[in-house]
Amino acid sequence: MLEVQGLRKVYKSAGRSGRSGQREVEALRDLTFTVDTGELVCLVGPSGCGKTTLLRCIAGLLEPSGGKVSLDGREVNGPSPGLAMVFQEYGRSLFPWMSVRDNVELPLRQKKLPRERRVELVEQALEAVGLAGTESAFPWQLSGGMQQRVAIARAVAYEPSTLLMDEPFAAVDAQTRADLEDLVRALWQRLGVTVLFITHDIDEAVYLGQRVVMLSSSPTVVQDEVTVDLPADRDQLHTRADPRFTALRTHVYEQIQAAKLGAVSQAAPRS
Amino acid sequence: MRGLAGLAGLLLIVEALPRFGLVNDGYLPPTSRIAAALGDEVVTAEFWQAVGDTLTGWAIGLAIAVAAGVVVGIVIGAVPVLRAATASTVEFLRPIPSVALIPLAVLLYGTDLGSTLLLVVYAAFWQVLVQVLYGVADVDPIAEETARSFRFGPWARIRNVLWPTALPYVFTGVRLAASVALVLAVTAELVIGAPGLGKMIAVAQTSGAVPDMYALIAVTGLLGVAINLAARVFERRSLAWHQSVRGEVPA
Amino acid sequence: MKRLAYVLGLPVVLFAAWFVISAGSENFYAPPLSRILESFGRTWTLDRLQADVLPSLWRLIAGYVLASVIGVALGVAIGLSRGLRATVEPVLEFFRAIPPPVLVPVIMLFAGIGDGMKIIVIVFGCVWPVLLNTVEGVRAVDSVQLDTARAYGIGGPARIRQVVLPAASPQIAAGLRQALSIAIILMVISEMFAASNGLGFTIVQFQRSFAIPEMWSGIILLGLLGFALSLLFRLAEGWVLRWYHGLRSVTKGR
Repeated sequence: MLEVQGLRKVYKSAGRSGRSGQREVEALRDLTFTVDTGELVCLVGPSGCGKTTLLRCIAGLLEPSGGKVSLDGREVNGPSPGLAMVFQEYGRSLFPWMSVRDNVELPLRQKKLPRERRVELVEQALEAVGLAGTESAFPWQLSGGMQQRVAIARAVAYEPSTLLMDEPFAAVDAQTRADLEDLVRALWQRLGVTVLFITHDIDEAVYLGQRVVMLSSSPTVVQDEVTVDLPADRDQLHTRADPRFTALRTHVYEQIQAAKLGAVSQAAPRS
Repeated sequence: MRGLAGLAGLLLIVEALPRFGLVNDGYLPPTSRIAAALGDEVVTAEFWQAVGDTLTGWAIGLAIAVAAGVVVGIVIGAVPVLRAATASTVEFLRPIPSVALIPLAVLLYGTDLGSTLLLVVYAAFWQVLVQVLYGVADVDPIAEETARSFRFGPWARIRNVLWPTALPYVFTGVRLAASVALVLAVTAELVIGAPGLGKMIAVAQTSGAVPDMYALIAVTGLLGVAINLAARVFERRSLAWHQSVRGEVPA
Repeated sequence: MKRLAYVLGLPVVLFAAWFVISAGSENFYAPPLSRILESFGRTWTLDRLQADVLPSLWRLIAGYVLASVIGVALGVAIGLSRGLRATVEPVLEFFRAIPPPVLVPVIMLFAGIGDGMKIIVIVFGCVWPVLLNTVEGVRAVDSVQLDTARAYGIGGPARIRQVVLPAASPQIAAGLRQALSIAIILMVISEMFAASNGLGFTIVQFQRSFAIPEMWSGIILLGLLGFALSLLFRLAEGWVLRWYHGLRSVTKGR
């Protein structure tokens, strides 16, 4: 279970205008939400809403300025072994000097797992993402979609309780994206992990999630959240044609628009 | 700020090591004595003559090397057949250490400026040539084909496509060549005895004037830093100009 | 076939031209190539190679390896620490700017004229390009790669060995390549200054005794050595950095 309570992040940057000294930028104002164990939650927000900041705080890569994040009941203050992350920039997050196998295996070696177990996990993970047979290739020899599959395999092999995905499919083409979305749903159902999936794509959020949390523009608060009451068995063709799907995406879309407008008009804080 | 502290730290260490007897002060005199020796040197005409000689060899050698490197590079680069035919020769000649030519320089020119120039030009030439060849290889094939499709002649293609692309590389080559040229100029003076700072270092060494030797070495280092900085500023300025000009020309 | 012609064509032409033009040369300093080649065989016998070339090579390799290890180790330490880097950077720039051969007289004071002196000279001259390039490479490691390592609990020595060093390796290789040519220069120069054997020493001896064809043969041998070492380096680099060259050709092609 992932709990985010009153999370706040303020960046201090040296003022560019000279004498003003330090300038403070409030990226996250006050964020509270939870993801229950085994749940798949999607976070959507307008671009520049501090999604990446939030994710880095949850992953323990960034120290929050206030509030706290806890994972499975323990407060996060540094990267935790129960959490695996899939980055948006797959090309930069996979190590180009290592084969696919070594990329997936490296974190396991760090966990000091015995060799047989590592081999087994790597094999299973690559099998699960449909990449069996590419073990000795370098990641850059694969297509973008396949590279992101390697990154997902690396996360899965790590055996986390929680999987964090930061706009993982923003840089792949539409066809590949649909395949990868189905892969994420299938892995989630099979492994029973908790998944927090961040995206800017409203359709993707509604298609994937059990719940969608909408963020406001920066400084970010939770704008709204909605439970996706679509059947658990989803597929690209029928789910997306479902009137309920359309209704949900309209709702999310309106909320995001409202969040954007709120930012533009600098409206008073909503109740 | 911290950088200044680092430099101050270095000076302090050099002062302290011999003072506390950790290093024989006949081998490494304290900073203060090196500074005093430097103070004595910089008021002599001989010192400035040596600096002038070194810089003369450096400048003439660099100018010849840059001119030759650019011309040869563009000619080779513009003609694909030449590029293919010379590749192996360039690869063979480039790694030949320039100091291998020292005996030859001594025989041909003795301790004249010519010895210095031979070494400087040889070493600096390759730096420029290789960069120009990289630059030519970087020409966008589409730009080249566009120029061809508009029936640009060879000269127009060189002027409008090849040269603008290669220019940043030329500047890099000049910057690299500038520091290599200084190294070789001082080396030639030191080993062969051509007039200049290197020769003064050799003289200081043989006459046991250790503080003077350190002072002169520091001067060559400062000269090197100055040349590096100047070359970098020159490169950046020229490239800024280059980009702004390119920005104004409709692509 | 055509490629081979391109690779060998010009060298053969140049060589033939030298041979023909110098054939009747009466110039004392530029003897006919035939005589140089003849003296090459006569001069560089197995004994000579053992007595002069092997010691040179040993100094070169010892100094170069030491400089590489020191340069990479210090470079990683400095590259990873912003404060340290800001403090020592000007000092390093100064040391790098000193023409390495002027260190020979200084190091002779400390280490005499033995093998130790020559190795220290090579280390002192070669360490700067390796060091500064390593610092640059370490500083430029991709932030996403570092985040990935942190997120997956890869820290400490494993982070340096598995992430930082490989990520910086193309830049480190550039430094090592520069250092190699400096190493050869310093080997020759330190031997010209004070030695009783070695390639640099022998060539200067030939020059002083006006054994011109022998001197030329020494220059050619030195050239061949430089070429061979840079070829070896390129092969080694191509193997170690094959991922990098592959990656580059892929991203360039796109």
